Amino acid sequence: MRYLPNTDEDRAAMLAKIGVPSIDDLFADIPAARRLKGLVDLPTTKSEIEVERTLGKMAAKNTAAASVPFFVGAGAYRHHVPASVDHLIQRSEFLTSYTPYQPEIAQGTLQYLFEFQTQVANLTAMEVANASMYDGSTATAEAVLMAHRLTKRRKAVLSGGLHPQYRSVVETVSRMAGDAIVPLPADPGNTEDILASIDADTSCVVVQSPSFYGHLIDLRPIAEKAHSVGALLVAVFTEVVALGAIEPPGAQGADIVVGEGQSIGNPLTFGGPYVGLFATRQKFVRQMPGRLCGETVDAEGKRGFVLTLSTREQHIRRDKATSNICTNSGLCALAFTIHMTLLGELGLSRLAALNHANAVALAESLSEVPGVTVLNEAFFNEFTIRIPGDAAIVIEKLAARGVLGGVPVSRLEHDNPALRDLIVVAATEINTEADRAAYAQALKEVL
Amino acid sequence: MLTEGRPTQPTAPNAAPAKTFTSNRALQIEEPLLFEIGRRDVTGVDLPESPKTGSKLGAFARKTAIDLPALSEPETMRHYVRLSQKNYAIDAGIYPLGSCTMKHNPRLNEKMARLPGFADIHPLQPISTVPGAVELIAEMGRWLLELTGLHTVAVSPKAGAHGELCGMMAIKAALEARGDRRSIVLVPESAHGTNPATAALLGYKVVDVPAREDGTVDPEEVKKRLSPEVAAIMLTNPNTCGLFERDVAAIADAVHAAGAFFYADGANFNAIVGKVKPGDLGVDAMHINLHKTFSTPHGGGGPGAGPVVFSAALAPYAPVPYVHVAAGKATFIETRREEGAEKSFGRMTAFHGQMGMFVRALSYMLAHGADGMKQASEDAVLNANYIRAGLADVMSQPFGNRACMHEALFDDHFLDGTGVTTLDFAKAMIDEGFHPMTMYFPLVVHGALLIEPTESESKASLDLFVATLRDLVMRAKNGEAEAFHQAPQFAPRRRLDETRAARSPKLKWERPQPYSEAAE
Repeated sequence: MRYLPNTDEDRAAMLAKIGVPSIDDLFADIPAARRLKGLVDLPTTKSEIEVERTLGKMAAKNTAAASVPFFVGAGAYRHHVPASVDHLIQRSEFLTSYTPYQPEIAQGTLQYLFEFQTQVANLTAMEVANASMYDGSTATAEAVLMAHRLTKRRKAVLSGGLHPQYRSVVETVSRMAGDAIVPLPADPGNTEDILASIDADTSCVVVQSPSFYGHLIDLRPIAEKAHSVGALLVAVFTEVVALGAIEPPGAQGADIVVGEGQSIGNPLTFGGPYVGLFATRQKFVRQMPGRLCGETVDAEGKRGFVLTLSTREQHIRRDKATSNICTNSGLCALAFTIHMTLLGELGLSRLAALNHANAVALAESLSEVPGVTVLNEAFFNEFTIRIPGDAAIVIEKLAARGVLGGVPVSRLEHDNPALRDLIVVAATEINTEADRAAYAQALKEVL
Repeated sequence: MLTEGRPTQPTAPNAAPAKTFTSNRALQIEEPLLFEIGRRDVTGVDLPESPKTGSKLGAFARKTAIDLPALSEPETMRHYVRLSQKNYAIDAGIYPLGSCTMKHNPRLNEKMARLPGFADIHPLQPISTVPGAVELIAEMGRWLLELTGLHTVAVSPKAGAHGELCGMMAIKAALEARGDRRSIVLVPESAHGTNPATAALLGYKVVDVPAREDGTVDPEEVKKRLSPEVAAIMLTNPNTCGLFERDVAAIADAVHAAGAFFYADGANFNAIVGKVKPGDLGVDAMHINLHKTFSTPHGGGGPGAGPVVFSAALAPYAPVPYVHVAAGKATFIETRREEGAEKSFGRMTAFHGQMGMFVRALSYMLAHGADGMKQASEDAVLNANYIRAGLADVMSQPFGNRACMHEALFDDHFLDGTGVTTLDFAKAMIDEGFHPMTMYFPLVVHGALLIEPTESESKASLDLFVATLRDLVMRAKNGEAEAFHQAPQFAPRRRLDETRAARSPKLKWERPQPYSEAAE
């Protein structure tokens, strides 16, 4: 077995040193009657060539995004990742290091986490950000729990423009924690009156912008109403590139900003691992979940970084901790930070502009297909179209023609027949004019 | 390199390194923060021209600057390569963090995870276009079920602690389904800190179970605390003292007799894979940290992945999405509306979990095979005991000189009277080129030093490790406390002031105030 360095001779010498006759003597505490006698019913060891062949065959059965005109978004986005990003995150010292529990020999990890926190805080226009969460959806659930701790109220209002799977995650966690959730009906037309749902029992209102349907939402009046009754505004985004083009949630009065950072530096990978972004105001920092990296000095007075404020965390506070989270998306956060370092303000603005222009061009092409309506007035790189017919069937027909044309809303909002004719469509910098033309043509043919 | 018979006599501490103009020391280069060297008018990414369209951003267009500096591509490479050189890593040396588990991360796993058919597929593209992904999840699930002897696997939890939450939510849902609202969860003192935090998050009252003198849980202590109010016990096995809970079957029986469930924290599953199936020990639910047992890289803090295996009793409550295999065919269950998923407690995360980690884990499983997995567990246990045996006469063991599982636990009594603390001892290991072991955990032991070598270490590597620790013990006992207080001397940083970091948290880079403003 190539991953195991010891030989049988080594093993015999080690057993002799320990002073037991056989390896099974070391497992004597396992009840003998339940111990496995032989091997479990699974294949035996495979060479590297065989593993590559087996997994390669599975991979080849999937349609990779790069191989087709691709317009699927709805919370995960295909962007180009510079080659240097993947090279750097695969350096042994990043890839194969553990949580930085010994800061003197983990300054590499700690410094990039500090850079990551600063980038996220600046992007969202908030005062502090943590060192990443599992993903945008779980970060949203944690934000709601945090709002409940801060306001001592247990009722969250969820906008109908919130990603349906984010809503499900918040609902599940809140229900299990004994909290109440008020989910507003799906809002494809951007017509909901969220202000009317905020009352004196509300802990927070959760609003996504751009919304699941692609609408840009003015957060200011919502923040004002929430604050007037002592509630918090949790602002959510699933496409972080949007923040390169639109006003940041922090400038619109958000108290907690959460979102998905996958778009920067991280591949689609069928839904994970991703990187959750979480930012808030300085005064709330001790109720913030997750890991934090802070600046300090060493014994010689040199600047250095450490994990800090761990008195909020489970390993110290046990059942009084701010959350049960024990890890972060360190390597995905590193990919985010490196890609963002390459982009900078100039690059991010250009990337955002290119995404927006491609989406506008796509919306124009699709709206010329007979029967197709674009629902959005203002959007970033994603919008919703209404088509004549069942969107799920149309998407399958498009896939059969080699076009991955977006997400039928019914796949996520399955209980609402009124949404069966809607498709959420995303464009990014990877799409070409030929891709857009292919989509419009294929849509024309299948409708 | 000489790996045996190293001198154990105290040696003179090295002279302080000479000062340099740059503060750099050859390959050890000081690296400023990105925000101090980056520029606003630079970018390291070239993009194609935008099509000429109008804007649809309306009044939402950004008016304010973001303040995000950039580096060109070569500067970016240099910045992050230099940062990487300030990190210890398993590829650089032994990383004996007990209860955290750092084993070799095969690069084959990375190569497989980057196949476009895995890395470049979207969670919401039609399932008909990703049959290979469904097959991969099903295959990884088959391995987990066979190795654990349980019934159903939920793949979506994103990390071990998320898996704990998943398992406990299924237990809560199962109890509620039978109209049973219980309020207490039993958690042994030696549990991971996530266990009580998880139970508390779900509104349960946490009741501790003390360990008996040998470091394991006494079934009689469990029985004393069982009542119709107890929903579950959360037991880590092997426990965080590195010991197998030898009365686990009796504990499980007692818990079940009280109508409660047995949640196993599977963080230490790597010690027993192929040796015993948790399902055969009475486990109802258990999360599996893929990075610990199946070598997915931890990347400085994550991503993790925490699939949860369930007994038949809990299976109907598992979260969506999951892969269901019937008659050899795998189907993907995405919502509660689908057949068999009606009782599911819901969804834990958008999308389908940590696919990239599943690929790496399966790559590792296939490479080992059933025989290799068993051998890996045996080697992990053998290596831990070899360290224990090599240090037993100079360091102190809290539970006597008895065999351990995959990690060897020491306490700090051997440092009594030396003036050297557990922390000092750990920092001195850094200067010797080793990552220290886990310190001050588990909390049940005073000044704990928990060493987990894993199966990745060779006998030669362990010999050097043991010899080095013996030398450090000797130095401590010879009255060199001052040198320990000064450690580490040779790391990129000397000891860091953690109190200062917590008292006045500085969590973000702030632009220094210009002199002109400061003067006002």
